Amino acid sequence: MRTKYLLGLAVILGALGYLVFGGLGQNLVYFLTPSEYLQDQARYQNRPVRLGGLVKQGTVQYDKDRLELRFVLTDGVAEVPVFHKGTPPGMFKEGQGVVVEGRFQDGVFQGTNLLVKHSETYQAPKAGWTPEEVRKLIEEAK
Amino acid sequence: MLKAAHPERPDALTWAFLGLGVLLLPVGLYLALSAPPDVNQGYLVRIMYLHVPGAWLGYLAFFVTFLYSLLYLLRQDPRYDRVALASAEIGLVFMGLALVTGMLWARPTWGVYWTWEPRLTTTAILFAVYVGYFLLRGAIEDPELRAKAAAAVGVLGFINVPISYMSVKWWRSLHQTQSIDLTTGKVHMDPAMLQALLFNLLVFTLLYLGFVRFRALVAALEARKEEA
Repeated sequence: MRTKYLLGLAVILGALGYLVFGGLGQNLVYFLTPSEYLQDQARYQNRPVRLGGLVKQGTVQYDKDRLELRFVLTDGVAEVPVFHKGTPPGMFKEGQGVVVEGRFQDGVFQGTNLLVKHSETYQAPKAGWTPEEVRKLIEEAK
Repeated sequence: MLKAAHPERPDALTWAFLGLGVLLLPVGLYLALSAPPDVNQGYLVRIMYLHVPGAWLGYLAFFVTFLYSLLYLLRQDPRYDRVALASAEIGLVFMGLALVTGMLWARPTWGVYWTWEPRLTTTAILFAVYVGYFLLRGAIEDPELRAKAAAAVGVLGFINVPISYMSVKWWRSLHQTQSIDLTTGKVHMDPAMLQALLFNLLVFTLLYLGFVRFRALVAALEARKEEA
């Protein structure tokens, strides 16, 4: 009786282990980096992908009237120009980690969804944080 | 003698946990609301003081369910089954709270309410498993078989807790890694924020201890009624 239970448990643990570290692990990668994408373009051809990386400093162009956002996404090795129609999220800024959903068209990545990835570090503003100072901080970030 | 074995009302320890938890809850709220804003997120970061304790209690409660399910399988004492049930119920409520507050936090910071990234996906599965735990309990009439089947789910379902906790490290995800990292002991948080968070974690844990004892007692009363 006991061996039966142990056998069952071993099978379940084995299956879970396979799911976690085997086949499923690859598919659980939430986004590709630009260099990963460029290395294996044929595989992702005509498929919607998520690209993740940093917004390159000094490349953000945002047309407020047409809601057209252009920037360069980089992972330090490869760079990808991104075009996204819509208002960027509040935390979007240069140097910020982002994930863009979309697909390539004529060398430009057409984003349909723009997500901001923030870090695990939480810091209070150095200058203090009276409501006025924080309001200024938030406005500067935009 | 009989009374001690079959208590009619909560004991002093249960009241102490509940009383202390309820008394300290406003203090925790005050600390959360007076904690400094974050450099990048501003005041949005304060939802953390509800989100993190919710998730922590979900994990803790499912661990207790795991422990008591295991004890039930080894000893076959219905008391263990009742504690497992009580804990799973509370865990489900707090995991739900973590999911809802997480979604409300994700919209202004990430830009979406929900996305199928590893942490969110594993947590959704975790939540679904414990919903299944109660569906299973509701579907089985025989108390002994019900307890056994539930204990099996209580043990196996817990496997997902460490997976969910580690998911942000094992896979490339959108969710940030742990700010209080239990695997490395590193803390990436302003001391004032950390204090407020730890205090809220303590308050929620006290409430959990009170809740689980109270709920297990109610389950015991129910079981006695079912027998009679």
